[in-house]
Amino acid sequence: MARDPQAALVALNRFGFGARGGASGDFVNAASDPRGFVKAELLRPNGALLEVPGLLATPALADAVFAYQDEVKRTREAAAKSEVASEQPGQTRGLSMDAAGMPVTVPPAAASPSAGTAAAGEPAPAMLAAPAKPAPPQQPPNVVQKTFRAEALARLQRAVLADCGITERLVAFWSNHFCISAAKGELARMWAGAFEREAIRPHVLGRFADMLKAVEQHPAMLFFLDNQDSLGPDSRAGQNRKRGLNENLAREIMELHTLGVGGGYTQEDVTSLARIITGWSFAGRNGRNAAPGSFVFNVNAHQPGPQTLLGKIYQDNGLAQGEAALADLARHASTAKFIATKLARHFVADDPPPALVTRLEAAFRTTDGDLKAVTLALLDSDEAWSAPLTKIRSPYEFLVAGGRLLARVPEDPGFYLNSLNTLGQPLWAPAGPNGFADSNAMWAAPEGMKLRLDISAQLASRLGNNLDPRDLLDLVAGGATSAETRRTIERAESRQQALALLLMSPEFQRR
Amino acid sequence: MERITTSLLPSRRQWMLAGASFAAWAYLPKFARAAGYRDPRLIVVILRGALDGLATVAPIGDPDYAGLHGAIALTVDGPHPALPLDSFFALHPSMPEFARMYREQKAAVIHAVATPYRERSHFDGQDVLESGFAGPGRVQSGWLNRAIEALPRGPRVSGGLAVGPTAPLVLRGTAPIVGWAPVTLPQADDDTAMRLVDLYTHRDPALASALSQGLKLEKVAFGDDMKPRPGGNQIAAMRQVARGAAKLIAADDGPRIAALAFDGWDTHANEGGAVGRLAQLLSGLDGALAEFEAGLGPRWRDTVVVVATEFGRTARINGTQGTDHGTGTIALLAGGAVKGGRVIADWPTLKLASLYQGRDLAPTTDLRAVFKGVLTDHLGLNENVLGGVVFPESAAVKPIKGLIA
Repeated sequence: MARDPQAALVALNRFGFGARGGASGDFVNAASDPRGFVKAELLRPNGALLEVPGLLATPALADAVFAYQDEVKRTREAAAKSEVASEQPGQTRGLSMDAAGMPVTVPPAAASPSAGTAAAGEPAPAMLAAPAKPAPPQQPPNVVQKTFRAEALARLQRAVLADCGITERLVAFWSNHFCISAAKGELARMWAGAFEREAIRPHVLGRFADMLKAVEQHPAMLFFLDNQDSLGPDSRAGQNRKRGLNENLAREIMELHTLGVGGGYTQEDVTSLARIITGWSFAGRNGRNAAPGSFVFNVNAHQPGPQTLLGKIYQDNGLAQGEAALADLARHASTAKFIATKLARHFVADDPPPALVTRLEAAFRTTDGDLKAVTLALLDSDEAWSAPLTKIRSPYEFLVAGGRLLARVPEDPGFYLNSLNTLGQPLWAPAGPNGFADSNAMWAAPEGMKLRLDISAQLASRLGNNLDPRDLLDLVAGGATSAETRRTIERAESRQQALALLLMSPEFQRR
Repeated sequence: MERITTSLLPSRRQWMLAGASFAAWAYLPKFARAAGYRDPRLIVVILRGALDGLATVAPIGDPDYAGLHGAIALTVDGPHPALPLDSFFALHPSMPEFARMYREQKAAVIHAVATPYRERSHFDGQDVLESGFAGPGRVQSGWLNRAIEALPRGPRVSGGLAVGPTAPLVLRGTAPIVGWAPVTLPQADDDTAMRLVDLYTHRDPALASALSQGLKLEKVAFGDDMKPRPGGNQIAAMRQVARGAAKLIAADDGPRIAALAFDGWDTHANEGGAVGRLAQLLSGLDGALAEFEAGLGPRWRDTVVVVATEFGRTARINGTQGTDHGTGTIALLAGGAVKGGRVIADWPTLKLASLYQGRDLAPTTDLRAVFKGVLTDHLGLNENVLGGVVFPESAAVKPIKGLIA
């Protein structure tokens, strides 16, 4: 049946999230028509959109987080009053909101007195009868954490269920390219999922220029890179408040989002772009002119006058000045090269074949940044299919691929979120605006591999005894399985061990 | 490589704990025993990977043993002498607790046993061992679960206790079971890590290098002395699992029947003799038995622990100081209810002509006969049920009588 098992592996692992278990037939289908298997998903109209009941738009999420913050404040004040007599500082810890916006929650083990006193690993029969916890002080349910988890779950379910996964791989790629960090604060954590849904997803198979504009005008990005604080020095607000530019967003737009470092811009250009996008902001909790959490162009903060960017003069026509600048950046030759290189590096190799980069770059330029055309150019290239599978799956790709193979549609994002933290790729929270590195050096590191093995063993110990690892191996790699891997799986001493080894095998880890 | 797993699996564990409310163990099996009231406990321990029975209970009286087992053969002299059980068999020196129980006639060995499975795949072998069917491919329910189903329902019934993150097949099925797992479980054990390093070495040198370094780093972090200590942490984990399970089983309203599995017995290379890898594992098993005894307290008197494995290993050691997949092996019984102090064996001898396919200890006792003997005399199940439902199509395999005191 399988006509080209090696190409099936490329289709499934390089371009997708791996074969699904059960009766999906993914490997066989991919083997009989590798390119068609991948492309089929791209033909679906609006296939990248993620519309799930309960997931709200950015302004509604802002309302919710502001209301939550108000309630926390009220609760804290009430608690402070009632605790004047008996001081229990520990009781209010659950309410604290640290700078990173991560909710401080008491881990379950410590929350239960019976578990806390028993030695680790001892069963605590008291817990079995009635997990009686002392009633914690009334606190509002943490809407930030709840939202983050709901957004994460929706994304994970989509990825685990996708036919091939190329679309979700593109979403993850672009989301990392235009990353924000949920660790920036409560608003960022609240908005991380919405940002991806609203600014990234609609455009992953659309035009780069549209994505760029949607991203740079999204409140989550403006908040992440501080543009709401950037005031034109000569603007009314700048004059009144004696404050000025913040170049953060302008620099990252050119360095990370479009031209790339060395893409031909100078510090002068950074400053110019920063001036051009002054006034790009979002309505805060007391938004006067717009709903809280929606994009606003604040003319009072906008630097008046024309600006020169990359040798071109942009007249001051308000918001349109910045939009024109972004449109030009989006079609700049350096941008085409930067994006082409990054895409090829992500999908094909840390050092991608130059001919492939050239091909993608040409596709980007001739179509004015049509990302579907660029993706198809990648899929139609010979290099992308002939290059050996040398990249290692990122932690996210690894975990999603595991969920697909084991046919476990996540009902709770906890395992994934914790595992991503453990493996160094916390969801929507890279350490810097450059996103997570996209290289083997990053993900095939010693500690990471050992932790991956531990997580594989843990997954296998939970699920392994219901599955025949020999069958799973055929679903994963079919005729492309190496003799060594097959032998290792067959000689494993238990199903659990075999499954752990399968999840760690080069056939599963490499893409 | 123990690691706290709470953070990764909170919901399932909490569910298991919450679901294990002992009040729900509504009624117990009734045991008609002439010798007054007993409240029996049965614990089944599965050793996954195939235990080398000839290295655990060594037939040192067999003239061919020392030659076949070569450098790893046990002896009754030297720095680590094996513990004589009778004039013919000697126990591995890593099992002093079992030896004591044996002397106290609370432990027994059944030698040259095997399930009806005669191929050499672990998965299929474990299927047969745990499902109770005569052949592989029946993985829906286990014999211990069907035994619980078949127990006469008295005023109260017990569920089975599955120890570990998942229920072993032997205990899966329609009878209710509850689960418990210690907070710390060994994650990827050393054996799995070694196998993966080996695979990477052949297939993916870059990953081999990364993983090896990662494993080395961990040993440093854990203060390991860098000497290979296969399964070091596993030993402690085995004791810990047994200690926790014993505590649950000892409760007045606790589960009467439990099953757990220990991994790591697939000793293809560097098995070790009186000391080494297998010795470590046996020491962990011995410790687990001691934990059961200590933790069950007065209940130990009415307890039987059955230790079984999917098949044995080759009689002759291979080229890497280990043994490959074989056939005949041992089963162990321990507990206050065991009529012990005996090695029960219809010894086939290790003569070349006697070896199964010229390589394995020939099985002379069907492992199901051992299980049936325990289920009959300890739990009161009748032979018809055992031969039809619990171990389907096994009417010809008669229970071994007299295993229970």
